[in-house]
Formats: sequence, structure tokens, C-alpha cells
Amino acid sequence: MLLAFKLKLALAAAAIAGPIGATAVIPSPVTPASELVEIAPAAFSYRLPGDFWQDRRQVPGPLQTMHLSEPLAIMKHQVTVREYGGCVDDGACPKLSVPEGRDDVPMVGINWHDAIAYADWMTRKTGRTHRLPTDKEWTLAAAEKKSDEAFAPVDPADRAQAWITRYEAEANRSKPDAHGARPTGTFGANSNGLLDLAGNVWEWTGTCFVRATIDTEQVRVTNTNCGVRVVAGAHRSYMTDFIRDPRNGGCAAGVPPANLGFRLVVEPRPSVVAMAIRALQTLRENLRA
Amino acid sequence: MTRRMKLLLGVALAAMLTSPAALAADDLKLPRKAVELVAPPFVHPHEQTTKDGPKIVEFKLTIKESEVVIDDAGTKFQAMTFGGSMPGPMMVLHEGDYMELTLVNPASNTMPHNIDLHSATGGLGGGALTHVGPGEQVVLRWKATRPGVFVYHCAPEGMIPWHVVSGMHGTVMVLPRDGLKDEVGKPLRYDKIFYIGENDLYVPKDEKGKYKRYDSPGEAFSDTTEVMRKLIPTHVVFNGRVGSLTGKNALTAKVGETVMIVHSQANRDTRPHLIGGHGDYVWEAGKFNNPPQKDLETWFIRGGSAGAAIYKFREPGIYAYVNHNLIEAVELGATAHIKVDGKWNDDLMKQITPPGPIPPDKVGAAEPAAVTR
Repeated sequence: MLLAFKLKLALAAAAIAGPIGATAVIPSPVTPASELVEIAPAAFSYRLPGDFWQDRRQVPGPLQTMHLSEPLAIMKHQVTVREYGGCVDDGACPKLSVPEGRDDVPMVGINWHDAIAYADWMTRKTGRTHRLPTDKEWTLAAAEKKSDEAFAPVDPADRAQAWITRYEAEANRSKPDAHGARPTGTFGANSNGLLDLAGNVWEWTGTCFVRATIDTEQVRVTNTNCGVRVVAGAHRSYMTDFIRDPRNGGCAAGVPPANLGFRLVVEPRPSVVAMAIRALQTLRENLRA
Repeated sequence: MTRRMKLLLGVALAAMLTSPAALAADDLKLPRKAVELVAPPFVHPHEQTTKDGPKIVEFKLTIKESEVVIDDAGTKFQAMTFGGSMPGPMMVLHEGDYMELTLVNPASNTMPHNIDLHSATGGLGGGALTHVGPGEQVVLRWKATRPGVFVYHCAPEGMIPWHVVSGMHGTVMVLPRDGLKDEVGKPLRYDKIFYIGENDLYVPKDEKGKYKRYDSPGEAFSDTTEVMRKLIPTHVVFNGRVGSLTGKNALTAKVGETVMIVHSQANRDTRPHLIGGHGDYVWEAGKFNNPPQKDLETWFIRGGSAGAAIYKFREPGIYAYVNHNLIEAVELGATAHIKVDGKWNDDLMKQITPPGPIPPDKVGAAEPAAVTR
């Protein structure tokens, strides 16, 4: 109770300090716990997510070199139970069960909508746009912890063999030792200083699932389904946005993400929209007071 | 050989003669065969037909109480098992054979146990003659008079269902001496046999909703009974745990191979279904003197019975073998996978057009709006 109150105070202070501290990306204006890491602009190799077809056959997504021109400010760790609790206390995020019964662990059992609700709340509270990273941004930040699961090429004419090969690759994914959420930092830091990447929590991204065809090296998206988002972690997964607890069974093979959680990126400068929202909210709070 | 050695040998022989196995041999002059059991989903090597006369087939089941993991979340469960597996191993013999079963309850166990074999006649299926406390063993002989697949299970007074849903059940297969037959008496053979035992498990939860862990079966008893009495299992799994027959543990077969799948459920009804395949010949009630049903999509296994299905794989790929209460298959765990190697047959199935955009100007016959207009 007391903790939640303190958090609220910190958030309120951050909201006031927001625009002043806007140019300094580190540390986060919210709480010391949601520290940000700045990733420098870089070029990196990236396998496009989605379902790719060439000559009527399913093929791995093409590997492309990507460039990120702006620095990326991303949370050092996944949003914790304690942090998420602030949003719940404010009535802006749904109250969800916390099976581990502790607040220093990543908030898991989160669906895409919950993550968006938290990001919107953070944006309102701080006046700075918080959002889910795209899968591309996550991949850059994850650096050596990124996953690239291109299934071994098989005779494309042999549909069943391709299927079995894929099944076996999925079945050979290593299972995380621990199932429940573990205290932040349990799975170590990557070269960028981000914690717990590719541990036992998979992270929602803002990237929609696409189906695409590849004709003469040109990728043509034929269908975009934003009801399914890319989930990043020890392996890439595609998850329907309302799912909180992924599981397998029936026809599905392989190891599903053990837990769903998230971390956010913060836009480098307060956006006009976010500032306007914050101004409106402050006005409303003042009027109420 | 010295006199002393001869004397020692004599003592040893006398000891052998007074052992239960040796005594049994006295009243029945039949050839004997000892069988080494194999854990499910596999079955010990056996002949599908036999020209030999009746035998005494010796099996030994050692009861094991131990903590096991039953799902991917690592839920711990106080299991009681025949031979260390859930279900216990399948024991195969032929109609007219005698089973001589040694049931061992090691001193390391905490509970009395026994065995009720649905395939046996009289004595509560053997249950009345096989009570053994920790540190004891018993030998039972029964005659296989009816061909089929049958459940066996533990049945100690006062706690029968609890022992069964803690893992103490298995399967006996009594084959006709001249083998399996179709509805017109044509012989049926299988290249492979898979043995699926379905377990309904009832794991108590604490006030926070987390599964409770216990130090011994006895400590789990009263909480577990409370969950059991509500009749809603927390887990419905094949062969002891979620994922025991999927992923790296998936079963394998080849196109053209004929597979026999025996499905055994000692406590609760279930309905196996092979996704992408069928039951070519199915003995739903599991008794081979009845003609098999043909071309089934799903078959019904009554709680307390075993059934058998024969299927020849015609198309390669991944097959899911599920309890087609799909909630139990997907949410509670009752799923197995079979990886089938071979060449794809376009005649049986072909993807004519891969998933893609709906063509704009084509009015399909199945467009409801176009039809009604």
C-alpha cells in the first residue's frame, strides 16, 4: 500500500519533470527501476518475420541488412509486477493474477492489449511517448541474444519432409529451466546492458504478422494481420493479441513461449500529441482539484 | 565335486523348489517363458500368432512410489506405479496361456498394494489374492481365457480410485493363438505397436491457485480425494505427463506401415482420434472375439477398459493422436504426435492454391450474397 503510494508520488513528480528532462534519455523519468538503455544507430542483419512464399512453397523469411538512423531508448528490463501495479492502482491496466506472489519479477501473463494499456498510461503519466518496440528494434537491442531460426533448407518438392524438419527444429528448442517468472536480472545482461533477453519471458512487439510472396527478390506483402503480433525471445513466435498464457497441444508442436511479458521503448523527444494529452490531463486534474 | 559341494548344491536346489515359482511348476507341466517388460509407449517383443501349445508366461511387476513431474510447469506429483511408469507396462500373452505374475512391493514403499486384472477370472481379478505390504511379494497365476486388451489396476480396500488415479494401472493383451482377424476372418497384422495409457490426474491447489506439493503419497491423500470427488481432473495426459509423446518424444512410423494403437483408460471415458488419419480396424471395446469396426473417425474407450485400433499410414507428415474432447487434448495435455516419413501423395491431398489475397473480380459459387441475389 505504502509502496504503491510512493510510486504514485514518483510518477507525479516525473510527470512534472518530464519536459525538462526530455533531452536526457538516461535515466528514465519515471522510477529508477524502469531505467532506459540507449542503443546507438547501427546497421544489423534481420530476418523478416512472417510467412513467406516463393513459387507456391513456404520459404524462410529473407535475411536483410537494416539501418536504424535514430538512437533507440529501450527499457533495461522487462516491466515488473511492481511497475505494472502502479498502472493497475490508477485503474488504467487490468488487474491480473501474480502467481509468484512477489513484485520484483517481470509482469507475465500479459496480453498485447495489457501491454498497450501500460504504454498509454506511461505516456500520459510522463508526457513522453511509450510504446512497444517493433520486432526490428527489439532485434537490434537484443544484439547477440536475438534468435534466428531459419529452418534448414530441404527439398522444396517434398512437402512432408519440410514439415517434419520444421517440427523437429521446433522440438529441439531448449526449454527454459524455470517456468515461473524469476527476479529481474536472473537471466543476465546482453552486450547492450539489457537484462533477461531470451530468458523465460517472451516480449510482445508492435509488429503485425504478415504473409508475403517473394518474386525475383522482391518481397510483396499480400496480407497483414494485426490480430497476431510478433513475440520476441529465445525463439520468434507469433501470438494472437488476446492470449496471456501460451500453450501447445492438439496439432501444435514445439515449445511455446513460457511466459508473455514486455518492455517498452520511449520516443526520444516528447511528441506533440503526448504533450497535448499530458496538458489536457493536467488541466483536468487541476479542475478536479 | 567334493561331498561338501554336493551338499551345498542340494541345499540350493531345495531352496529353489520351495520358492513360489518352483511350487507353481509342480501342478502344471507346461513350458515356461520369462518376459522382460518394456515401458510404454512400447511393448515387449511378442509373436502375433503362435503354433506352440499353451505356456506359463512369467512376468514381474515391482511397485514404485515416487515423485514425478507431470507438466511443463514442473508440477510435482506423488505417483504410485507398476514398474515405474504411468501406465504400467503392457503384458502380452496368448489365449490359453497362463500368466504367472510376481508382484513385488519393496520395503521402500509406504502403502499396501495389490492387482486386479480385468483379463483374469475370479478372486476380484486377483485383487483378493495379491495384497502385499511394503517388504512383501506375492505370486499369482491366472489363465487367459478371453482374447483382447484389458486394464489392470491396483484395488486396495478403501482407497481404490486414489491408487488408480495416482498411476496404478496398466494393460494386458491376450492375443488369439492364430492372431487378429478382420470381420470376414482374414488375418490382420501390425508392423508396430504403440501403447497409450491415459491418466486423469487430480492435483490439489493452494489458496493462491498453485499446485500443492507433498512429501509422500499418504500426505496427498485427503486433499487429492477432495479434488477427485468433484470429478474434474486438473490434468488429462498420455503416459504420465504433458508432452510425454510430443516433440522429441514423438512416436515415429513410415508410409505403408501398419500400426496398432492400444488405448487404455482405467478410470474415465475417453475418445481417441487420429488427426489426419483414421481407424482402419477398431476394437472399440478391445475384445478380439468381436469383429472390428472399420474406417472410424473417433472411437470411444469406456473408463475401465482398453481398446485397440489398427491403421496403415498413407501420407507422410505429422499426425496428432488426441483425446477428441479437445479441451482435454489441448488444455489438459491428452495429445501425442506421430512423425510419419515417406513420399507425399498428391492424389490424397494437394494444396491447389497457397494462402493469398482473395481475387477481386471473381464471384465464387460459394459467395452467399451472389447466390441469393
